[in-house]
This record gives sequence, C-alpha cells and structure tokens, in this order.
Amino acid sequence: MSARAGVLRRFIGRRGTQIRTSAETAPARRDMEVAPVDIAPNDPILAYFQGATGAVDLESLHLESPARDALLEAGVRIVVPLITQGELVGLLNLGPRLSEQDYSADDRKLLDALAGQAAPAVRVAQLVRQQESQARERERVEQELRVAQLIQQQFLPRELPDLHGWHVAAYYRPAREVGGDFYDFIELPEGKIGIVVGDVTDKGVPAALVMATTHSLLRAEAPRLVSPSKVLERINDLLVDDMPPKMFVTCLYAVLDPATGTLQFANAGHNLPYVGSEGDTLELRATGMPLGLLPDMSYEEKSATLRPGDSMLMHSDGLAEAHSPDKEMFGFPRLMELVGEGHGGEALIDHLLKSLDAFVGAEWEQEDDITLVTLQCSSGFVSQTGAMESDDDNRVLMDLQLPSEPGNERQALKKVAEAVQELALPPAQLERVKTATAEATMNAIEHGNHNDPRVPVGVRALIEGNDLVVRITDAGGEDILARPDAPDLEAKLDGRQKPRGWGLFLIESMVDEMDVASDGATRTVELTFHLKGDANGR
Amino acid sequence: MDANDLVASVRHSGEVAIVDLVGQLDGTAEKTLASAWDATGDAPVVALNFSESTYINSTGIALIVGLLGRARSAGRTVRAFGLMDHYREIFDITRLSDFMEIHGDEAGAVDGLAANV
Repeated sequence: MSARAGVLRRFIGRRGTQIRTSAETAPARRDMEVAPVDIAPNDPILAYFQGATGAVDLESLHLESPARDALLEAGVRIVVPLITQGELVGLLNLGPRLSEQDYSADDRKLLDALAGQAAPAVRVAQLVRQQESQARERERVEQELRVAQLIQQQFLPRELPDLHGWHVAAYYRPAREVGGDFYDFIELPEGKIGIVVGDVTDKGVPAALVMATTHSLLRAEAPRLVSPSKVLERINDLLVDDMPPKMFVTCLYAVLDPATGTLQFANAGHNLPYVGSEGDTLELRATGMPLGLLPDMSYEEKSATLRPGDSMLMHSDGLAEAHSPDKEMFGFPRLMELVGEGHGGEALIDHLLKSLDAFVGAEWEQEDDITLVTLQCSSGFVSQTGAMESDDDNRVLMDLQLPSEPGNERQALKKVAEAVQELALPPAQLERVKTATAEATMNAIEHGNHNDPRVPVGVRALIEGNDLVVRITDAGGEDILARPDAPDLEAKLDGRQKPRGWGLFLIESMVDEMDVASDGATRTVELTFHLKGDANGR
Repeated sequence: MDANDLVASVRHSGEVAIVDLVGQLDGTAEKTLASAWDATGDAPVVALNFSESTYINSTGIALIVGLLGRARSAGRTVRAFGLMDHYREIFDITRLSDFMEIHGDEAGAVDGLAANV
C-alpha cells in the first residue's frame, strides 16, 4: 500500500480529552507537516470512531462534525481508529493514495491489521509517558516540600529562653505538606520577652516564604515598639502591600515581664491562648484581623497576670482541628479541658500529644502543622534564691531579672528607686538604698555571673515588717562572700594595694544589715534597711 | 558612647586646674579621667568639679584613688567641690576626704579656703 504521506503524527488521549492530530497530505505539501487538528471532547466523531469496526472513509461519512471538516481540510481521506481494550487511544490518518486510486479492500484489511497491532503499542507508550510525567511531578513536589521544610526550620528558635522562675517549652511538628506555622521568642528591653505563635494560610514554599518574612519583620520591630498591639499594627502595614493573593497570617503576640508575671498580648486572628489556673481554663481574648489582609488595622491590647502554678498554652490549628477516623474534630473545648488538668511546661505538651494520639489513632495522617508553646510560672520560684522559703507574709515591691552585662546595675538602681518611691524614704536613706543595690548588682554581674549576659541577676525588693529588703541573686553558688575589712587607703595611695576593692565595703556601709545565703547553685545577697515607720501602714 | 558616659574638660584658674566632670563616674571613665589628668599639666592644685556628676560607684572611687596616688607622688594637691551630700558621705566613709580637701563650691576650691565644709 502506498498512501500519500498519510502518517499518524500524534496519538490521541483518553476519551473525554481533547484530541489533536495531523497529517501530511497533498503532493504539493508532501514534505510539510500541517498544523495539528484539534478534536473537541464532545465532537460526535469520537463516538463514531469508538464504534467503528475498521478504516473510516471521511468523504463518505455524513456527520455534523467540526473535526471531520478540519481533517478533510488537512487532506485526510481515511482514518483508522486505534482501539485497545475498548478504548480509543489514537487515530491513523491517511491522505489520498499516491496513485490517486481509491483504497482497495486489501489496503483496508492491511490497515485494520496494522491498527490492531499498533493500538496496544500506542497505549503502552502513552502509559510510559504518563508515568514518567507523574514521577517528575512527584519529584517536583517532594523537592518543594524539602525546600519548605528547610525554610521553616531555619526560622524556628534553636533554643528556648531561660527565664528565672519560668518554665518554657515548645513543640513543632510539620504536616507532610508543610504549613506555615511559626513561633519565636524575642528578647526585649528591661528583661521582658516577646512570645509569638503564628500561622500562614496556604502550604509549601509560598507559605514558608511569607512565614520567613513575617518572622523577620517581627524580630526587627518588636524590640523597638514593644507594645503588642503596636507591633501587630506595624507588621500588618508592612505586609499588606506585598502579600500574595488569598494569603494572610494569623498571629498571637504576647510580651511577658518575667519579674511580675504580667502578660500583655494582642491577637491577629489567631487561636486564643489558654491559661490553666487552679483547675480552670481561661481564654485570653483580644480581637484583631489577620495580618496582611487589610491596611490600617488596629489591634486590641489586653493584659493578664500569670501567677505561680499557672500554665499558658499558645497553639496553632493542627491540634484542635485534627480529625479522628470517624471524622470527629479534636476541638477547642477538649483542648481547654486538657489545659485545665494542671499540667504545665513539657508535661502539658506530652499530655496533649498523648490525648491527640489516642483520639486520631495509629493510621492518622497529620492534616496541618502542630505548634504548641507553653509557659509556666513555677510555683514558689522565689525560694530558688535560697535566701527565703516564702514571701507570703511580705509585700513584694519589685522583681527584676537583668542580663549580666556591665552597666546593668544602673537599671537595678533605677527600678528599685522607682519601687520604693511609695515609702517616701528620707533622701539620704534613698541614696544609700540606691548605692547598695547598684554595688551588690555590679558584684553579682561581675563576680557571680562573670559578665555572662545569658545568666540573669535577680533583683527583688520587698517589705518585711519594718524593713525594706533588697535581694540580689546570682549564680555564684556556694561561694559565700568574705566580710570585707575597711580598705587600706594609705596602701592604695602608695601603690601597695590596687585602687579597687571598695564594693562590699561600700555596701556594708550603706545598709543596716547584710546577709549572704546560698542553695548551692545560686547566691543571694540580702540588704536590709530599717524603716522608721511601718511601711505597710499598720 | 553611652549618653551617660563621663565627659571631662579642663580649665585653669590661676595655679588651679579645674576638671569639670559631667556624667557618671565609674570604671568606664578610666581613659577619660586619665586624659583629663594629663591635660592639667603641672598645675600644683587640681580641683575636681563633681557638681554635674550624677553617679559615682566603687569603680569610680577606685579611679579617684588612682588620681590621688599620682598627685601624691608628684607632690600635687587635689581638691573636690560640688559633691552631692550622699557622695560627700561616701568620701567620708572611704576616707577620701582625709586626703583631699572637700569644698562647697568652685570659689572655695580655687582659693583653698573654707575646706571641708
């Protein structure tokens, strides 16, 4: 058989998909490929080919079909449907014979036989190509997941903050299709700490990139603005113009003053944090729109006080919105109940995860990232100073944690001076309190904590009966300070002694009593100043 | 430089070199104070003006002891004026006032009169 350059150029897709085909036809265009012919999925010619028992002569086919007209226009005269296992997988298109005679019965038989053998081969080729394409797509998706995970992990804190009197724990488990969860701890002025938990809508690399941007903006703006509502307002303004369509960020931002347990917080559409306190669970509510949705948003700012024993949970959707095999949701009420059961820190996280495992069963595929951050105020943490068992009967005026950096004694001085203002101390005594506090803090920073900013100095002022007591705690352990002799000024002036060494002598000269205590790990210098009246007003 | 860091400047009144100390006097002021001392040249009397000195701690006391030691070995006199009552008390407790005249104001320090008011 000699067909006039009739060749199958393109195999045809599955039923219901658009079919494209082409043919080389007419002598004048013998070496030219014509443009592929598209066959629409609803073209009746497809049903015809599907039911045909052999080669189809297009010119004698009377059918309202755009594809028929297009094929004829392209020079096709005979179409041999390629059918395997009842499925049309392609078309063999032939133009007129070179002899310009009609196709004979033998020709058609030959074509039918050829089609019978070609169809399964075409189907196999289609399947191979389809599998290759799926493998490439899987690899692309896996690669994207790896990139998203990498970005995500880069921005998670490498260590938890070490806050005296507080237990901080965090847990993050990404879903297979990494979501946009993040959390962070940001050091702020005056020993405060910013705590962030957020969630970017969407998944994969786009979510991870928005997460990274939000994280960086928070790190830059939080120490400058401090106020949670101002920080969220600013981040929203910075994000809103460049946020990809249909994406936004929910974010809870809280600022903890570890010295007082005061928590200021603002919420940009994130899950409410829960506080477990004495068997109950409280929600910390503050309203605000998610970040990046609308410009010029304002955020409500609230405050709460975490007392010894209280435990706070900040969390993303992954836990509360997990589903059991019966499609029941874990739910927020269940989560609240668990928080109220008295666990704190890592124990609370373990408790929640065990409950989740029991709820979702072994076959569960995690639906979304899970992020949990817990913050617990240690009960009776004050006694860790070793200087006292309890301050229950005393009135605490201030409590402060300072990084051990030279010069920070001035902060202690300032804070103590502010705190004792209500006592209306005589000016000379106030100055003595300030000097003794500054000297003892300086001593703790330099000698107790060796100027290591990661090790805090604790400064606490309280009223004990008729005394003002200032306690300065460092990591000096059992190294109890020796009682100083009066420095020998003559020897210092003559160069027989170094000019330094005045600190303890000054402290002792400023206070009514000075005691030093240690619990083996920490050392506390207790400065006592007798007050003339009763400072509690009794 | 911290906004509270010590700034020291030297001016002369007759044979007295007056060192104006502005800011806080602590260990970080060592170089500033040493430069100011050098700028007093060989004036036989040096008057330290503490009226703008807001904070003095034990490391600042040590610096003053160092200056006094240098003055002593050079046979020079050091006076002080403008001290807040609290620091005056500290100068007494540390016995610094035994080795330097404490005056209420600049005029007294320059004239060397009415010492230890």
